[in-house]
Amino acid sequence: MLTVSAIAERLGLNVVVKGDVSRTVSGCYVSDLLSDVMAHSKDDNLWITLQTHPNIVAVAVIKGIAAVILTNGRSPEAETVRKAEAEKVTIMISADGTFELAGRLYAMTKDLQP
Amino acid sequence: MAANDTLEGCFELMGGDFSNAGAASSELKSILTKLGISADIVRRAAVTAFEAEMNVIIHAVAGTMHYMIIDNTLTITLNDMGPGIESIELAMQEGYSTAPDWVREMGWGAGMGLPNIKKYADIFKIDTVVGEGTTLEIYFRLKGEKC
Amino acid sequence: MQLSKIIDLVNGTIVVDGGVAAIDITSVCSADLLSNVLRHGKKGALLVTCLNQPHVIRSAELADIPAVLLALGAIPVKDMVALAEEKKIVLLTTSLPMYTTCGILYGAGLRSCVED
Repeated sequence: MLTVSAIAERLGLNVVVKGDVSRTVSGCYVSDLLSDVMAHSKDDNLWITLQTHPNIVAVAVIKGIAAVILTNGRSPEAETVRKAEAEKVTIMISADGTFELAGRLYAMTKDLQP
Repeated sequence: MAANDTLEGCFELMGGDFSNAGAASSELKSILTKLGISADIVRRAAVTAFEAEMNVIIHAVAGTMHYMIIDNTLTITLNDMGPGIESIELAMQEGYSTAPDWVREMGWGAGMGLPNIKKYADIFKIDTVVGEGTTLEIYFRLKGEKC
Repeated sequence: MQLSKIIDLVNGTIVVDGGVAAIDITSVCSADLLSNVLRHGKKGALLVTCLNQPHVIRSAELADIPAVLLALGAIPVKDMVALAEEKKIVLLTTSLPMYTTCGILYGAGLRSCVED
C-alpha cells in the first residue's frame, strides 16, 4: 500500500499544501465534475482533477479524499490554498495531463484500483 | 474567392441557450472550410469562436457573432449585452472564473476561455463596460491563403 | 492505435458509429472541462470524459477530435447522440471509470495530447 508522500515522490509532484501525507491511499478517482466526485469517489482516494476552485476542498473533506492532484500544471486559486491549509487537505500539482498522470499512477501499482 | 472580395456574415446568440451552444461556431467553421482556408487556421478560429460564443451564452443576455474576411484577414467580432468584465487582468488569468457552480458542472467555467482565445488568435482585443457589455475582436492572418 | 482496438481494451459499446473502422487514434485527452479539451485536444485525439451533453460533441467537432468515449457508464442525452450522428463523431461508452480507462489505454501505449 502506498502513502500520499510515496506517490508524490514517485510521480514527481509539487506539494503546494501539505496535509497528512502519511495517509495510505485506497485508490484513485479522476473527474473534473464535483457532483461526480461527491457521488462516486471513495474514502482515502486520490483525486486527479483540473478544477482549482475553492469548492474542491469542501468536496475533499466531505469525501475523505487523501490528496488532490491538479494536472496540466494548474495552480490552485489563493482561496483554495487558504481553505486547504485550514482543513489540512493535501494539494499537489503535476505538470502532466490528466491522462498521462492517471496512466502512470495506474502502471505504478495494481493496488490502486478503484 | 478573388483577392479583393469581402465576405461577411452574422449570427445571433441567446444568453442561457445551452442547447444551441456552439451552433454559430460550427457554422462558421464549415463556411471557413468551404473557402479553402487551411485546416490549422480553421481549427484555431473555430476554437476561439466557440470559447467566445460560450462566454456570451454563460454570462450575457444576448449577443452577436460577426465574421469578416478582407485583405487576407479574418476578423471575428463578438458583441454582447452582458455584465461586462470587472477586471480584464483577472479574467485573463488562467483558472479565474466568475461562472456559477452549475456552469462548472456542465463542463465550462474553468477560467480558460479568454486565455484560450489569446493563445489561438493572432491578435485579440477586449473592450468592456461593466453593466453594459463586452466586445471581443479576434483576428487571424490568412497570408498565403487562397482567398 | 486503431479505434476498434481501443473499444476492445475498454470493453466499449458503440453508440454512434461515425466510421469507427477507419479511425486511427494518435493521442488521448481526458477531461470534463471543455476549455481544456479546446486547449490541449489534438487533431485525431480520443476524448475521454464523463460529460454526457451535446457541448462535448461541439467541442470535438470544432477541435477536429474524431471520437468521444464516455466513461463510468455515462448515458449520452438524446441531443448528444443526435449531434454526434449529424457531425459524424464516433460516440462510445464504457462502464469503466475514467481512472481505469486512462490506466488501460496508457498501458497499451497511448499518450496525452501534448501542448505545442
